[in-house]
Amino acid sequence: MKSTLCLFFLVTFVGLSQASERDFKVGSIRIVHPWTRQPPAAAKVAGGFMTLTNTGAEGDRLIGGTAIGVGRFEVHEMSMVDGVMKMRQLRAGLELKPGETVVLQPGGYHVMLMEVKTLPKAGVDLKGTLVFEKAGTVEIAYRVEPLGAKSSDGHDHGGTAKSAPKGSGSGSGRGAPTNAQ
Amino acid sequence: MRSDLLRRIRLAAWIAVALALTGAGVYFLLSRGPDIRTAIGGAARVGGPFDLTAHTGKPFTDQDLVGKPYALFFGFTHCPDVCPTTLLDMTHRLQELQADGDKLRVVFVTVDPEKDTEHLLKEYLKSFDRRIVGLTGTPEQVANTAKVYRAYYRKVPTSGGDYTMDHSALVYLFDAKGSFAGTIAYQESEQSQLAKLKRLLAR
Repeated sequence: MKSTLCLFFLVTFVGLSQASERDFKVGSIRIVHPWTRQPPAAAKVAGGFMTLTNTGAEGDRLIGGTAIGVGRFEVHEMSMVDGVMKMRQLRAGLELKPGETVVLQPGGYHVMLMEVKTLPKAGVDLKGTLVFEKAGTVEIAYRVEPLGAKSSDGHDHGGTAKSAPKGSGSGSGRGAPTNAQ
Repeated sequence: MRSDLLRRIRLAAWIAVALALTGAGVYFLLSRGPDIRTAIGGAARVGGPFDLTAHTGKPFTDQDLVGKPYALFFGFTHCPDVCPTTLLDMTHRLQELQADGDKLRVVFVTVDPEKDTEHLLKEYLKSFDRRIVGLTGTPEQVANTAKVYRAYYRKVPTSGGDYTMDHSALVYLFDAKGSFAGTIAYQESEQSQLAKLKRLLAR
């Protein structure tokens, strides 16, 4: 009986730790599978991607962050309009409405790691932080995929999440500046 | 005497109308996107004289593109997504073309000449197929090149006085005679990219 209980706890513990291996949490914000990719030689920027869920009853915003070897952090939205790639900094941060899941992925919302001094290397986790307006600061680690990777395995990002709207020019002029560090 | 004057006025009026119609027609054609222009003209003028410098430090002009089909696109090294992705796509396609890859020129033109020096391009391109040529120049030379290829780019300010670039993300394809032969779009499937390049080489 005692051993069954032990086994139960062991299985639960292992199960939980596996589920949360690449997931992070701060307040009511869940951060699932942050990843980036090894930039080309001599590059100064890298895009960071992840899935954010606001499980709370109050809206929040991703307003900044840091990463090891990175001089500056911004939140951007990319869109493709008539064959033209457009990049916009979300100066007010990325809005997370109550209950909403937002996917940061290539071609849409992403965090911009700028003034990169130490290039992230494929296979070596990149440590950093994210700063949310209400939930505060959380330590995370990006999985670093090879150069040019178009996605990162590990998690299926469901079908109900919102990603950057195609052809929208939103994001500018919404008040508070990004918490650049 | 008076009828002669009237005739001249009438002639001048007709010339004015003809000029206005031609102008409107040209404006209409030029204001269309590249796809529509190809559909209408086939050989509509995309590409022309330019004067830039290669990542090797050597001068590179439109004359260096004569005689071989080529794929040309615009980008910049401070670009997190589209540019490295396109360069890596072209790297893979060149390898998939095997020996035929040598028959194709692949050219990457920076739209950010202030940051993208020859030296930086040289370092950056080390991550990709060695046959890819990187081009930079003065801001004027780059602006002129974008103009002859009808490409768009614009500086967009970000925090701390820095900037990023909006730019045309299409890969422009040209045959050995320098005639515009279509485009490859961002996130087009690998099979489609390869098929287009094979078709280009077979022209």
